[in-house]
Parts: sequence; C-alpha cells; structure tokens
Amino acid sequence: MNTSNGIPKQIVEVLITHRRAFLKSAGLLVVSFATGAGAQEQKGPYPDPDYRQLDSWIVIHENNTATFYVGKTDLGQGTGTGFRQLMSDELDIAFERTACIMGSTDITVDQGGSGGSTAMERDAWPMRRAAAEARRVLLEMASARLGAPADQLAVSDAVISAKGDPSKRVTYGELVAGKKFNVTLTGANVNAATGIARVKPVQELKYTGQSPLRDDIPAKVDGSMKWAVGVTLPGMVHARNVKPPFAGARLTGIDESSVRNLPGFLKVVSKRNYVAVVCEREEQAVRAARQLKTTWEKPATAPFPKSEDLFKYMRAAEPTSASKPIVVGKPDEAFAGAARIVEAEYEIPFQGHTAFAGAHGTADPSNGQMTVYSNDMKAYSLRTGIAAFLGMPREKVRVLWMQGPQGFGRTAAEEAGFEAAWIAREIGRPVRVQWMRDEETAWDTKGPAFLVKARGGLDAQGQLTAYEYSARSCDYNHVGYNEPDTVLIAQLMGSRRAYPAGGSSSMPSEMYAIPNRRMSGEVVGLPLVWETPLRTGNLRDPNGPQSTFAAESFIDELAAAAKADPLEFRMKMLTAAATDDSGFKRARSIAVLKAVAEAYGWDARPSPRPLGTGNILTGRGIAYSFRGQTVVAQIAEVEVNRQTGHVWARRLVCAHDCGLVVNPTSLRRTIECAMLHSLSRAIHEEVQFDTEKVTSVDWISHPTLRHTDVPAAIDVVLVNGDPNPDRPDLPPYGGGEAACKPMLAAVANAIYDATGVRLRRVPFRDARVLAALKEARV
Amino acid sequence: MSKITLKVNGSAHSLDIEPATPLLYILRNDLGLEGPRFGCGLGQCGACTVIVNGAAVRSCILPASSVKGEITTLEGLSSKGRLHPLQQAWIDEQVPQCGFCQNGQILTAKAMLDKNPHPTDAQIRESMNATLCRCMTYYRVQAAIKRAAKVMADVQPASGKQAVA
Repeated sequence: MNTSNGIPKQIVEVLITHRRAFLKSAGLLVVSFATGAGAQEQKGPYPDPDYRQLDSWIVIHENNTATFYVGKTDLGQGTGTGFRQLMSDELDIAFERTACIMGSTDITVDQGGSGGSTAMERDAWPMRRAAAEARRVLLEMASARLGAPADQLAVSDAVISAKGDPSKRVTYGELVAGKKFNVTLTGANVNAATGIARVKPVQELKYTGQSPLRDDIPAKVDGSMKWAVGVTLPGMVHARNVKPPFAGARLTGIDESSVRNLPGFLKVVSKRNYVAVVCEREEQAVRAARQLKTTWEKPATAPFPKSEDLFKYMRAAEPTSASKPIVVGKPDEAFAGAARIVEAEYEIPFQGHTAFAGAHGTADPSNGQMTVYSNDMKAYSLRTGIAAFLGMPREKVRVLWMQGPQGFGRTAAEEAGFEAAWIAREIGRPVRVQWMRDEETAWDTKGPAFLVKARGGLDAQGQLTAYEYSARSCDYNHVGYNEPDTVLIAQLMGSRRAYPAGGSSSMPSEMYAIPNRRMSGEVVGLPLVWETPLRTGNLRDPNGPQSTFAAESFIDELAAAAKADPLEFRMKMLTAAATDDSGFKRARSIAVLKAVAEAYGWDARPSPRPLGTGNILTGRGIAYSFRGQTVVAQIAEVEVNRQTGHVWARRLVCAHDCGLVVNPTSLRRTIECAMLHSLSRAIHEEVQFDTEKVTSVDWISHPTLRHTDVPAAIDVVLVNGDPNPDRPDLPPYGGGEAACKPMLAAVANAIYDATGVRLRRVPFRDARVLAALKEARV
Repeated sequence: MSKITLKVNGSAHSLDIEPATPLLYILRNDLGLEGPRFGCGLGQCGACTVIVNGAAVRSCILPASSVKGEITTLEGLSSKGRLHPLQQAWIDEQVPQCGFCQNGQILTAKAMLDKNPHPTDAQIRESMNATLCRCMTYYRVQAAIKRAAKVMADVQPASGKQAVA
C-alpha cells in the first residue's frame, strides 16, 4: 500500500488527483518523507509524528516546492486551502508551489482533526509558527552558503538573495537538498508548538485575505477524487450491519441458514446485540443483511415516548442534572415591579445529523497492524479509540483520513471505522463497512431536543428590565469523541459506563445589557439510556440553533409587546452598556447588526406589519448571536402561503465578523451553506419515533432542504471593518458554525412579521404553519 | 449469473453478473468508477446518478442487466482533457463543500441542459429538486448552472437564433 517515498499510496493518489499540476513540478513521488524512513516502516508500527520536530510540519523538495503536513481534516469548507495560504505566507513561497496533507495519524501530527470551528482560530497558529521557523532556518542556511549576514538577505518566493547583489542567490530547494531540517520546536503541547521566529504582521501577508481556488474542488467535479468510501484493497470483503428492529432489544437468535446459500456469503459475525454479515461483494452483503433471520426480545419498558409526546414527557421528567443559574441584579424584584410581563415557551425536536451517505470505513489487518481508511473528522481519536477497543497498542493502529460526506459532527463519534476494524480482526481480511440509509437516519447521533421557557418584564417605557431563560434539553446520553466504551458497537456489545455523559443545556449568546436576569439549564434523560438511536452527539454548532431560536424569538416577542422596531429594541440593549470584552464583542455585535440592516434595507417599524390581503404574506425577521468571538446577524425575508401554510425564505442576508478572513470566497460559501443548513432545520427537520423505534428512516421521513426551497437571493457581508479605531488587528476566529445560530429565529420572526402568528415549535412545516394560521384566523 | 455488456464512457465492458445487481455496484466495484456514489440506495438523493441515453437515472435502483444504452458517468463528462462547461462553472463558482453529492448535481444539470438549453430559474429549481445536498450548496449549484448555460449558449448559438439569422 505504500509508495517508495513512504507516503501511503492512498494519500499519494489523493495528491495526484487533487494537484496534478503541482505534482508535475513537485517531484513529490521521489522525495522521502522526513519523519518516516521509507516503505519498510510503513508496515508498522506507526509511532506518533513529533510535533516538536519542524520536519513533521514541512518538507522542502529539491525542485523548490513544499509540502505541509497538518493534523486537521477538511470537511468541505476549504480549510486545507486556507492552511496553505497562511503557511505559504509565513514560509515566503508561492502558494502554487505548495501542497497540504491532512489527517493521517502516522504522518501528520495530532491536532485532533476537525471540530469546534477551530481550524483557523486555534490550529493554524502552530502551522504558521512552524512555517515562519522554517523560513528563519532557511535564511540562516543561506547566510552560511552566501557568506552574507541574514539581515542582509531578502526572500522572495522561496529564493533567497543578497540585498544589493542579486547574483548571490540560492533557492530553498537547493539549501535543503532532500535533507531534513533537524530543528526542534518548543511548546508544552501541539497548540503551543513554536520556533524562535515570529509570525508576520497581518499587513505583510500576501495570500491570506485572497481567494485562491480551493484545491480539492477540481477532483470533486471531474470524478477523480479518491474518497474514503471508494477504498479497495486486495482481498477486501464487504460487511453490512443488522440493527435491532426495536430500540433496546436483546438478540435471542440468529438463523444463519437463512443466508448460508446466498451467493458470496462468508460469515455472520456477532457479539451480544451487534450483528453483521460479511460477503465477497457489496451487493451480496446488502442482500444478506436484509435476508438474515434474527430474533429479538423487546425491552420490558418502552425506550422512549413517541415523538408527538416528547415535550409533554420532557416537561414532566425529573432532571438528571442542572447547571447553577446565572443571576445578574435582582430579577425577582424587577419582575415584581414590571409594568408588563411576557412569557413564552419554545420547542425544538431532535434533529438528525443525517449525513448524505451512511457511516463507512475500511480496515486492513495486514502485518499484525490495523490500518483504517475513514472520513472521520477526528482521525486521531478514532485511532486511539479503535486501539483501545481492540486492545491493541496505539502504535499498531493508524487512521488515514480521506474525503467523505459532510456529517456536521456525526463523524466525531464514528462507528463504521470501529466496526470495520473489529470485523477485520475477526475474519483476518480487509473489510469495508457502510451503513444503509435507514440505518444512518434512524441510528446516527441526534442533535438534542430543547424545551425553553422565557419570561421578560418590561417597564412602562417598554424597556426590558427583567429577563429569565430556563432551558431543558433531552441530552442525557451524549456520545463523546470516538470513545471505545460509548461508540454504538461497544454499547451493543455490552459496554456500560457508570454514568452516561450528561450533555448540556445552552444559554443564549448575546451581549444585551439587561439589568436583571436569571438563566438556567437542565438536562433530562429518556427511559432507554444505552443502545438507543436517540443518543445525542454534537450537531454543528451544538445546541446553538436551539437556544438561539428560543432566545432571539423571545427578544422579538418583547419588542412586539413594547411596540418597538425589533432592530432598535436590540440596539438599545447593546448600547446600554459601554463595557466590552477583549475581543470587542459588544462593538462588533453593534457593527454586524448595523451592517445586516444596511445590506437588507431595513425600515424601522414594529412587527407584525399590517396583515396583507393576498394569498402570499411577506415579512422580515432579524436575529443575532455569537459563537466564541464570531458575531453574526441575519435577516430572513419570507413568503407565507395562506392557503397551504408553506414558508419560503426568499431572501437571506448575513453580516458576519470572524476577525481576520483567510479566504473570503471559501468563507462566503461556508456561511451561505450554514444559513441554508439552519433554514433546513427551521422548516423541515425533525426526528420522528414511536414507542419502539425511530421511524425517520430516509429523505421522505426526515426531509431536508431542496432546490425549490432555496432563496432567490443570499447576501453575505463580511464585517471585518474596525468599529473602534483603537482596536488592534483581530486574529482569525471560527467560521464554520456561527452562521448556523440565528437563522431559526430569523425565520420565525419573519413569519410573525408577515402573519402576526408566533411559531414556537420547530420545524415550520406546512401543516403546522397552516394550523397556526387557521387558529389565529389569518 | 449472466453475461452482459455495458457501454460506459465510450468503452464496452463484458461482465458476468447477477442480473438484478444494481448498476451502481458494477460501476464502482467492477469498473472502478468513483463518480457515482451510494447515498441512499432508494433513488431519493441522486448521489448515484449516471446518464443513460441522455437521461439522468439513479444507478442505485437500476438493475445492471436492464441497461441497454450508452452510460456516461462523471468521469466521462470531460472530453480530451477539457472540462465540460458545467464542470468549469462548478470550479468558477466554487460550488462544492464536501462534494459527495456533486456527481448527482452536475449530471442532473447536464441532462436538463441537453433537453432545455435555456432554462428559467423556476425550471432549474424544479428539474433539480430531487437531487439533494446536505451541505446545502443549492444556491451555488443554481448559479453555476446558469453560468454554464450561458457559456454553452455562447459557444453554440441556439438553433432558434440561427433560424432567425
């Protein structure tokens, strides 16, 4: 599986297909990888690359090109291209002469993979510092070679020359000449890794802030991309799972004779409640898994209420945990003195990750090691998890990350990789596992359901003087990152922790100055805790869309009660305090709200607008939030069909400030798609279940956004201007998730503006909207 | 098992297969084509789309033995190293996120434009409506289709225009 350079063949193929033009000049295939000593070592074991070695991050090739090795994965938002921009800038090399390899645990340092929108905010820093250090070391080498002090040398596109004597020149490739740097970095952990050199001030960055085309896109449109799902190995066979037909069921029997005579049948593998069928060919495994006769015993008590009764259940349930309330001022006294009290309750159901294709992984047990090909966003914890699950030393396991369908956090708790590795060891052959559609939709991890109560007290002037937010999430059995004892296969095999991960109930994220407030969160569980299809996991911007739907809908309700313009009502609360945090979040919140209103052409007036007379009612809604230091304001303009209840968001506007923007086009695309993802959650998505099983099993029963739902116009304003002249340059903050946050509330507020009807239950499917309109006689 | 011949991207392949095997598995696992992909196996999402006799079809539910015509996959869309205008438009608009669905988006758009070179916005949305994307790249997909349609019209003037001229 390895080429002569020691880089796994799959990775080289990815490089070849991504970057044919680069490879023509790069000579990558004949350059030995710095931290591995060639093909022999690639048979394993696979020790961790050392983040303290500069050679682990950067390889300079003799033809004066560079390859960057980073411990990240790119889920389709262009982070790989972004890393190349930042590192090319620090190294002083043309962007076109670089390549980036990501997420293979044996050749890239452990930066954890992806998650939390940390690619540019946190993980790009050690990459930049390593590139800056490489530049410094190269200057030192050139100084010795050219006989000139380093400060008398200039660098331009990987060529170092003496100032005043351009004939004295040497390229990076000539200086390194196929050797290693052998330079040790410092830093207590990978995030702190650094050399002596400092990174450049933002004004000196050349590629950062530009929009070079993403390097993964050509192979994604011409069919040449190598995906994790497409890995084929000599002798590889195919497995498909047989899931319990009822949640919490106990396997009582397997009738292997029901499939023994099927073509290609090899084996049924099973342990406790985990069952899979292995066949020579893929379609044979699909058929055999469907045809295998198994018997199961239902649990004594229902695993969960049916989805229609979920919120009734959540109201009555005893919390499994509660966070300490956050109290500002004297909320009880303020409520007692309020001129008017507004109360509301919001409901957000379970929503699925529903990745576009089922979980998949391929495992190769050759050489007494275990190599797993996976699209797991957290390849490193998958490696550690699989090693522990199989009881193998970590050094004998490696995970090679490859492209796959975006799962929005689904692959942080990857299952197919564990399954493939377990089956591969059972049968001693390479195995490919893929989940079917019904399996993935029903059994993937879920975004927690939320029930939020909010209460506000307005004074006689319509100012918000008292505010209470209390959330209850159904998030008791939250699955962590590739943990060997909580991944579903482990649960099905009987693994139990003393306590499940408790989950959380998020608070609103806003900078409103409200003199008296109380915010609290509780978590409730469902009767079935283990082996449940309703176990929760981190769904893109975990809990942000839920809490922000409630919080920013309620602010809108308060503005309406005060007969105030919803934008002005928010602005007043933002400008009521002068204090700010170190990232100028208050100033930047004000700036994004101003920017979104200006881009939209907001006219100040209270909501709702006077009810229209036609069949189509139109309205606009605004919402704002932040995630970490990234602040976002969004406006949705909707059409509501009075006859059908159908909601179409015909225009979306977003103002977004995530500090330094590395690649504006990539960021814009990510924001557009994040807004539409939350629009999908607003109008379509809900996991449905009866008292035995999840009944959402495909794209009909768990619908998603479609082409006809798409707005006619989406405007994205990247607010990276400076609202404060004294503000220093901001570093890059996260861009992958923040834009998910306000959209549900913006749509609900727009529906209210159009119709005067407040929707407090997600999703706003036609039937629910129509029923609400009828009830309000709209 | 039965012997069939499939014509894929200009080449003929003789295969000995179970007749009911969905075309998708043959294309991927026997012919090594990764353009069509398994998304749902139910014909609901479009990830497995191929073009057969000019129509975009779902290869995950199409028995391989039933296919009589010429099959084009994503790999066969470019010719002589030149990207199809749709593929170029996809790069120019920077459409894909993860890219897993884009096979279906591009080939469904291709079949549509071949039948209707000048689609209205509404026709684009309707024609593409059964082709799903979980990254939600729809807005850019639609922009890229319009861009490609314009490029294709500029290269090959519409027959109507020629008739007027």
